[in-house]
Amino acid sequence: MTMTTPADTTAARRTERKHTPAPPPRRRSRSRRSTPLTIAMLAALAYFLLPLLWLLVASTKNTQDLFDSFGLWFSHAPQLLTNVRATFAQDGGVFAHWLLNTALYAGVSAVGAALLAAAAGYGFAKFRFRGDRLAFNLVLGAIMVPATALAIPTYLLFANVGLVNTPWAVILPSLVNPFGLYLMRVYAADAVPDSLLEAARIDGAGEARIFFGIVLRLLAPGLVTVLLFTLVATWNNYFLPLIMLNNPNLYPITVGLSSWAEQAQNGGAGASSDMLPLVVTGSLISIVPLVAAFLLLQRYWQSGLAAGSVKQ
Amino acid sequence: MTAATAPPAPGRKGAGPRRRSVAGPLFVAPFLILFLLLFLTPLGYAAYLSLFQERLVGGTVFVGLDNYVTALTDPLLLSGVGRVALFFLIQVPLMLALALGFALALDSGLLRLARVIRLGIFVPYAVPSVVAALMWGYLYGPDFGPFAQLSREIGIPAPNFLSDGWMLSSLANVVTWEFVGYNMIILYAALRTIPHELYEAAAMDGAGPWRIARSIKLPALKPALLLTLLFSVIGSFQLFNEPNLLMKIAPDVISSSYTANLYAYSLAFTGQQVNYAATVSFLLGLVIVIASYGVLLTANRRRTP
Repeated sequence: MTMTTPADTTAARRTERKHTPAPPPRRRSRSRRSTPLTIAMLAALAYFLLPLLWLLVASTKNTQDLFDSFGLWFSHAPQLLTNVRATFAQDGGVFAHWLLNTALYAGVSAVGAALLAAAAGYGFAKFRFRGDRLAFNLVLGAIMVPATALAIPTYLLFANVGLVNTPWAVILPSLVNPFGLYLMRVYAADAVPDSLLEAARIDGAGEARIFFGIVLRLLAPGLVTVLLFTLVATWNNYFLPLIMLNNPNLYPITVGLSSWAEQAQNGGAGASSDMLPLVVTGSLISIVPLVAAFLLLQRYWQSGLAAGSVKQ
Repeated sequence: MTAATAPPAPGRKGAGPRRRSVAGPLFVAPFLILFLLLFLTPLGYAAYLSLFQERLVGGTVFVGLDNYVTALTDPLLLSGVGRVALFFLIQVPLMLALALGFALALDSGLLRLARVIRLGIFVPYAVPSVVAALMWGYLYGPDFGPFAQLSREIGIPAPNFLSDGWMLSSLANVVTWEFVGYNMIILYAALRTIPHELYEAAAMDGAGPWRIARSIKLPALKPALLLTLLFSVIGSFQLFNEPNLLMKIAPDVISSSYTANLYAYSLAFTGQQVNYAATVSFLLGLVIVIASYGVLLTANRRRTP
């Protein structure tokens, strides 16, 4: 363990930590800034943001304008609100269903996975019991087993017990996050002082109360990291719900949008090519919540990541 | 705290900082039970199914390793695995080099607008791969994609990004766009944990920014780089979402066995060959585990020359 504790990272420094003195701030004189490097990085930034600008601009166009006007600029008659309204009205308002389903699947999976990983990470970090090393190594090895290689066998298994085509088919497999467990174990080992646990035990606090009252709060940055990354993984999941669900009312947004995209594609130039603006506008709407979550919670997930990424 | 008045807890010997108690197993039990049910059981079930075959005459019969023999000589599966291996060899080094370069640039303190740049490059990670693939599919397209529009203006024909020759590169571009920022953030977070005194000492000894990057930052980044590499192995070999979506706009280029995972999917759901699909899934998982351990072993051997 040659690395510093997570508390040393800038992001965690901003949160209230009484025991670690804040390291001196980085000195950055204005004269050291490099203009060529900044320009190069801004060019890179353009590569990452221009497709999203295209998406935003395309969401303001009807089918005709998509074909006739330049993609990276607005047409003479922008109609974002018309498109948004049409997106929510299509197929009896199924798009709102998809959004709610996605939020439900992702929210339940993320909270569940984070709590499970936190409890188990804390258990592995602070307790010794028979077989603890074996169990942990087993989970560690599972990090390398890809989720999609498991998806088809899981589907076959769920089909036997009648779980397919229910929300549980998407939520249950997302609850087990081996990397989250690894991250929480590393995080708990540093962020939860043994002396504090001892003091609480001597005061007569039960283990459950210690965990929910003290430990969870100390683990907050790591917990938010696992929560956010599970949220993204579930929000963006396509393969699992594609396999598990065939009722359009249960679809999450990814499967729904791809089914619309297929309709738009097959429709050619006919009436259903009016689907195209809906696919584009729906895509734009679907990315707003996650981008917002990441921007708002950045100080948490950045410090949590720092803890997990330096220890091996 | 009233610690001084309480009696010392009995029965604890100097067994290190970790404590023996029944609470430990209780904390790890919920995770481990779900892990057993949702991770090990499907894995075992796939292994079990892969030993059987459904026949028109005689129903489901035990066939031993026959499915594996079929799979290992199946040209469709082999070409799928070969394609993702090629994808891995080209796309991953490019993506990680970009992520490393960006992370070092952000950490150098030489940038203006560093915060905006960092978050802007990361934003595509929050975009679902379905949306990323749809969006890039439209951008690549010959009708209203901006590349085609621009080339029509200038009069130079744009390359057909969705043609057979370009498809793998086009897919690599989508995946790179999605994941450079994520890898960059992991590397950047690792860079921020390097004690600042090291830089000051090196600067005192006359080391410039390049020297500091090479001699201090890169060695300290090794574990984080290894982590990003492992995630990339896993991601590349199970490539599915992007080709499955681009398949809809370029069905002649992307076949149902374009990647190994796409093949497993079409076997299970179009072909109804459950046992063979389980075999392919199981083999694919095995390939990924072997590739991951290969990466780990190579990295560890280099670390201790």
